[in-house]
Amino acid sequence: MEGTRDNGIEVEGLVREFKKGPRAVDGIDLTVAPGEIYGFLGPNGAGKSTTVHMLTTLLPPTAGTARVAGYDIVEQGPQVRDAIGVALQEAALDQFLTAREHMRLQAGMHGIPKAEALRRGDALIERVGLSDAADRKVGGYSGGMRRRLDLALALVHQPSILFLDEPTTGLDVQSRTALWDEVARLSNDEGATVFLTTQYLEEADALADRVGIIDTGRIVAEGTPESLKDEIGRPTVEAAPLEEADLERMRTALARFGSPQRADRGHVAVRLDERSAELADVVRALDAEGIAISDMEIHAPTLDDVFLAKTGRRLEGAAREAEEAKDTGELEAVPA
Amino acid sequence: MTADAAALRAPGRLVGAHAGTLTQVGYLARRSITRTVRQPLMIVPSLVFPLFLLAVNSSGLEAATVLPGFPTDSYLSFALGLTFMQGALFATMGAGQSIAGDIQHGFFNRLQLTPLRGRALIAGQLAGVMIQGLIQGIAYLIIALAFGAEFEAGPAGVIVLFALSALVGLAFGSIGLAIGLRTGNAEAVQGVFPLLFVLLFLSSGALPRDLITNDWFQTVATLNPVSYLIEGFRSLFITGWDGEALALAIGLSVAILLFGMWAATAALRTQMERT
Repeated sequence: MEGTRDNGIEVEGLVREFKKGPRAVDGIDLTVAPGEIYGFLGPNGAGKSTTVHMLTTLLPPTAGTARVAGYDIVEQGPQVRDAIGVALQEAALDQFLTAREHMRLQAGMHGIPKAEALRRGDALIERVGLSDAADRKVGGYSGGMRRRLDLALALVHQPSILFLDEPTTGLDVQSRTALWDEVARLSNDEGATVFLTTQYLEEADALADRVGIIDTGRIVAEGTPESLKDEIGRPTVEAAPLEEADLERMRTALARFGSPQRADRGHVAVRLDERSAELADVVRALDAEGIAISDMEIHAPTLDDVFLAKTGRRLEGAAREAEEAKDTGELEAVPA
Repeated sequence: MTADAAALRAPGRLVGAHAGTLTQVGYLARRSITRTVRQPLMIVPSLVFPLFLLAVNSSGLEAATVLPGFPTDSYLSFALGLTFMQGALFATMGAGQSIAGDIQHGFFNRLQLTPLRGRALIAGQLAGVMIQGLIQGIAYLIIALAFGAEFEAGPAGVIVLFALSALVGLAFGSIGLAIGLRTGNAEAVQGVFPLLFVLLFLSSGALPRDLITNDWFQTVATLNPVSYLIEGFRSLFITGWDGEALALAIGLSVAILLFGMWAATAALRTQMERT
């Protein structure tokens, strides 16, 4: 099939094996609709970057197929590259060139005529808020400025699909929020399709229309952030009695509302199991029992709970394990 | 929404005509040159070290000129061949480290995601090397002449000197590129540099081949292609127009260049995995 010029992504059974290593990507299937922001969430070493490298044609897959903007990533590499804008994890910039020089090089390599390149470059630099720094060498840029320039460079040939590989890793909160706003604007106002990898739960939650959770090369869950959290079910209530002697009575009282969960010392936790049971019901029940409360919290399920439910590990712990595995050479490092 | 925004929304839109190879070479050469000029630490050693060695040799070995059969009475003029050759070797390292750094830091991937042509990448990098070689050559020549070196080949010889300098720089630059592309590691390129430097010292750089008395050294210097490159440069300073010396230097440079380009192209093919 020729390229259909739509701007979605379709992936079937994509696999990438590295020499002397396990499968970095182990048969993933996913679909990203035109105009959607797809968040690819997983710990370090889960296979996110390897997937992006394959979908952006930098790395041939070992097996499986994928179409990006309607073009086959193996058979139609040049067409895919024309249709996509990519900001890779390392935000690779030349520290001896200025933002404007980067723009001119990138536009030139894409064959954009000089006058048009200049106009478009300046507009993009302004849009990401780098006009004041446009003629400064990138070597002196902060992490946030580099990422913003990287994003602007990815847009210079007006792609319809954006791949952003961990665009905010290592950024401070302010820079992170600014980048989120820009990505959201690209999608909402301009209809760009965005494939974004992240190891931050809140990033996937805040930005993505749909999230795919990847662990050890496989997608373990997929859906909107809300539907994934709904799957996990009800919020957890954690409470502590004022008098330690009331702990057992509190445990019994709370057990009526849901299944017991692990809790801090001196606390009791249950996951509320009936849709009707709310925090207020719990408070009323404890009051009726005459148990004074010193502390009470309700935890809404997070994507980390989803990750825990699907993999048996916390996202943060999984990231640490992946790091350790890489250090001991168990996992093939994702290509730079 | 701006006009830009409307354009971005058009799905799967192609950019239009892709940049031709020459246009790409132009952009990449410009980057390479800009980088070089903005890194004094890369240019200064390649200017200073060869001149430093020239100063040491020409003062310490001046006595060699009284040896029967020594081709000139100015050791400074004699030693300049080695200086130009040394400059070319620095270019090797520059080209190799630059491309290896691009691979290590991901800039290579950035370029791969554009309609980059492999041969444009190689040519663009080499153009930078050539410009660096030219700047070095001009500096060496001016300083040498200021200190009283002879230049027998006259004004037309200056053009030949710079052309040969560019050619030798290209030849060794292509070897550097091949190593950089093969290893993808700037430190590895730096590690190879001393090996190339050994070729300088096992050559006729310090003495004419027929005056080297040590048998094995004379054999090695005779087999070492670097000897003939140095002798090509040297002939312009001390002899004037020596067709044989120039032909050998040009021929060997072209041969090294062809080998280097073949190796660099093969390494690039392995490195550029894109579909």
